Amino acid sequence: MIVAEQKPLAEIKEILEDYRKVLVVGCGTCVTVCLAGGEKEVAILASSLRMATRLDGHPVAMDEATVQRQCEWEYIDPLRERLDGYDAILSLGCGVGVQTLAERFPNKRVLPGLNTKFMGLPTEQGVWEERCQACGDCILDLTGGICPIARCSKQLLNGPCGGSQRGKCEVSSETSCAWQLIYDRMAARGQLDRLLQIQPAKNWSTSRDGGPRRIIREDLRALKDGD
Amino acid sequence: MTQPGTNGYYVGSNLEKVLRSGQFVVTGELGPPQGWKREDIERKAKLLKGIVDAVNLTDNQTAIVRMSSIAAGRILIENGLEPIIQMTCRDRNRLSMQSDLLGAYALGIRNILALSGDHQNFGNHPFAKNVHDIDSLQFIQVIRGLGSGTFQCGDKVVGGPMPMLVGAAANPFGDPFEFRPLRLAKKVAAGAHFVQTQLIYDMDRFRKFMEKVVEMGLHEKVCILAGVGPLKSSGAARYMRDKVPGMIVGDYYVNEMERAVAGIPKEDKVGRRDAWQKRGIELCVEQIQQVREIKGVVGIHIMAIEWEEAVKPIVERAGLLPRPTFN
Repeated sequence: MIVAEQKPLAEIKEILEDYRKVLVVGCGTCVTVCLAGGEKEVAILASSLRMATRLDGHPVAMDEATVQRQCEWEYIDPLRERLDGYDAILSLGCGVGVQTLAERFPNKRVLPGLNTKFMGLPTEQGVWEERCQACGDCILDLTGGICPIARCSKQLLNGPCGGSQRGKCEVSSETSCAWQLIYDRMAARGQLDRLLQIQPAKNWSTSRDGGPRRIIREDLRALKDGD
Repeated sequence: MTQPGTNGYYVGSNLEKVLRSGQFVVTGELGPPQGWKREDIERKAKLLKGIVDAVNLTDNQTAIVRMSSIAAGRILIENGLEPIIQMTCRDRNRLSMQSDLLGAYALGIRNILALSGDHQNFGNHPFAKNVHDIDSLQFIQVIRGLGSGTFQCGDKVVGGPMPMLVGAAANPFGDPFEFRPLRLAKKVAAGAHFVQTQLIYDMDRFRKFMEKVVEMGLHEKVCILAGVGPLKSSGAARYMRDKVPGMIVGDYYVNEMERAVAGIPKEDKVGRRDAWQKRGIELCVEQIQQVREIKGVVGIHIMAIEWEEAVKPIVERAGLLPRPTFN
């Protein structure tokens, strides 16, 4: 899932400074699951902002709405009829959600209430970890199902750097060394020989380095055009 | 593999000549300044001239901005020393690395050490973006490619091959320990000519590492220089033991450094410093004697950053002076 966390309240207040009536829009998908921007978080944030702006002497009216997915037109289109009278939309969706709203409702100010962090999973209650960087050319078959692009601080492809110690990354004692994990898994499978092959320089053109990415499925497009 | 005009050598650098001669090799290290004064390089260079066979110039070491290792390397050449420029994968992509290497070669630099690079969050620009377009192993391949006249993309280098002696780092004190000789094997397969190890303050672990390296026959394919260096104080020893990722400092070294100042009052700062420095140099000489007895070690790499004065007494007392010269 896409994992996000809420911006600090003070920053959100600053973002909303010039607006008097705001619709806070949550998203029912990833950010609901990671407890950052679902219906419940929308309610809590809206109520905190109502209180805080009232105490500041510049009350901002806050209404709430949560759609099932902010990143698809069909789920956000029904919002259109609710938007009259609002100065701004505060999105508690991920960066994709914010942009989808902004693109669909260009006359409204759409503002971000979350910081989108990464693609990952909850590893325990209250802890989320990154797992994928969407490099566009998956190599998990080579590395025992553990991604060194997303999980090695230096994105090394040929083994651990000199800073790996006692299973931890040199960057933080909280972070596992991805190459220790890869080594352990390959060793357990009896496949260490695979780590001896030199992985060549990666083609980053499939990643963000190649420019904004797009997928076109002609088979699906044809279906739509066909009827 | 040989080039015209290098008399049968691959690059003909002093480092290559000493390595090939079978004599015990001594390399040193010089940290370029966090500024632009060439005198800072020249002052340190004087302390190393004639004492070591070649000098590593660090590349923004510990992710702190310093004068370029290539520029500093050229200053060394102008002062009659031979540089080994270090280059990390942290700060440059493959375009920039190759372009800088073309420049380095044009400036007469023939030795390079290919490194991953410390993460930028250790340094003075922790908010920087890192690159890691290629890793240190792929970097070795890129340098060897330039050596045969080909850029990483396959295009030809205008002017033809530019061979450089390629070094790699090895850290026997990083984990997983069992993978360390295998990673070295990969670096050898990628084309490394020589290897400089992390500072050795755990001789037993280093011996175990070398046993495996010799068992794999890697010592016959690559020249292994053992990393040594003088400790400055017991605090420095403890800091390296407790705080520096990828280092192991045995209690022996910490205890010896503490013992060195036993009985000297804390207020006597000069007395303590002198006692520490004396013992630090003695321990380094002892390290050299120990690594010389380990099969597969063909030389040492002395890291005495910001204490270049210590290198001469260390090399002298280890019986490694004068250094070989070639016509």
